[in-house]
Amino acid sequence: MATEAQAITGDWGGGVHPYRVGHRKLGMWLFIMSDSLTFSALLIGYAYVRASNVWPTPFKFYPSIVFSSIMTLVLLSSSLTMVMAVSASSRGQRSRARKWIVATAVLGATFIVLHMIEWRHLIGEGLSPFQLPKEWAEKWPGSTPLFGATFFGITGMHMFHVFSGCIYLLVVAGRVNKLKHEDVEISGLYWHFVDLVWMFVFPMIYILSVDATK
Amino acid sequence: MSTDAAGGEEHFAGSNKLFISVWVWLLVLTGFEVFLGYKHLPVIYMLVILMGASIIKAALIVAYFMHLRFERLNLVLTIVPALVICICLMLLVFFPDSFRAKELRYQGPVQPAAESH
Repeated sequence: MATEAQAITGDWGGGVHPYRVGHRKLGMWLFIMSDSLTFSALLIGYAYVRASNVWPTPFKFYPSIVFSSIMTLVLLSSSLTMVMAVSASSRGQRSRARKWIVATAVLGATFIVLHMIEWRHLIGEGLSPFQLPKEWAEKWPGSTPLFGATFFGITGMHMFHVFSGCIYLLVVAGRVNKLKHEDVEISGLYWHFVDLVWMFVFPMIYILSVDATK
Repeated sequence: MSTDAAGGEEHFAGSNKLFISVWVWLLVLTGFEVFLGYKHLPVIYMLVILMGASIIKAALIVAYFMHLRFERLNLVLTIVPALVICICLMLLVFFPDSFRAKELRYQGPVQPAAESH
């Protein structure tokens, strides 16, 4: 009888584990869902403002796009080190998992440093949340000053997530011997999500703003 | 999809070779995006191709790095469709309105229509 019931319910039964994941991992997935909507709203808001205004396209291929491509490479590599950490943790190799997690946090910190260098350069040029540099305003007459608001808002929100992720990972690395494997996996979920968001921020904010003028 | 309902299993599917190949594909797609930035295609083509590439990259990250491909169908169906529908609804409501807003922008003095005799 029990076998028949299992056959009927199949994948949809689940009993006390309908998703076959712990409650903490399910909680992280739900957080990721809500955070995805936050970033989607920010990026769609950016698309709205951009489509309805004259929009400056100030980023030169070199150095701006090359620099942001290096940032992307760093973040993608941090996802690889994180998945290696989770893989090592699943095999019970806690010490190796710790090294990979620390490597991930270091790559995350490198991303933040590179981002701060870029912000400093743009602020030095005269970009602020509600004002364009004079040179940009002359080159793209009538362009909206909201470029800075969307740029600093979206990249700042992402950078805050990277910063929070680095702290989270360092805490996990420090307590890796006491934590369960699933806890390491949950920290990995958060980190990969941060990487995923950048996969949309990079083309929308940077590559679509390449300066095509000679 | 597996049908066993046991919890707390410490199994992480996927080999390091698989993860490295996913990482290489992500790098290749990123390189393609950067190449498009170098080539300066019209913005509408850029938008469509870049978003297509980004969605593929996001799917690779979610499926393999975030391990969703190896989770139960229940979890996948709880997370993915709701998210996709919500994002599509936001796009459906806001994006067309941005073109209306563009038309409302001050376009300069209106030229008087030529008088007909």
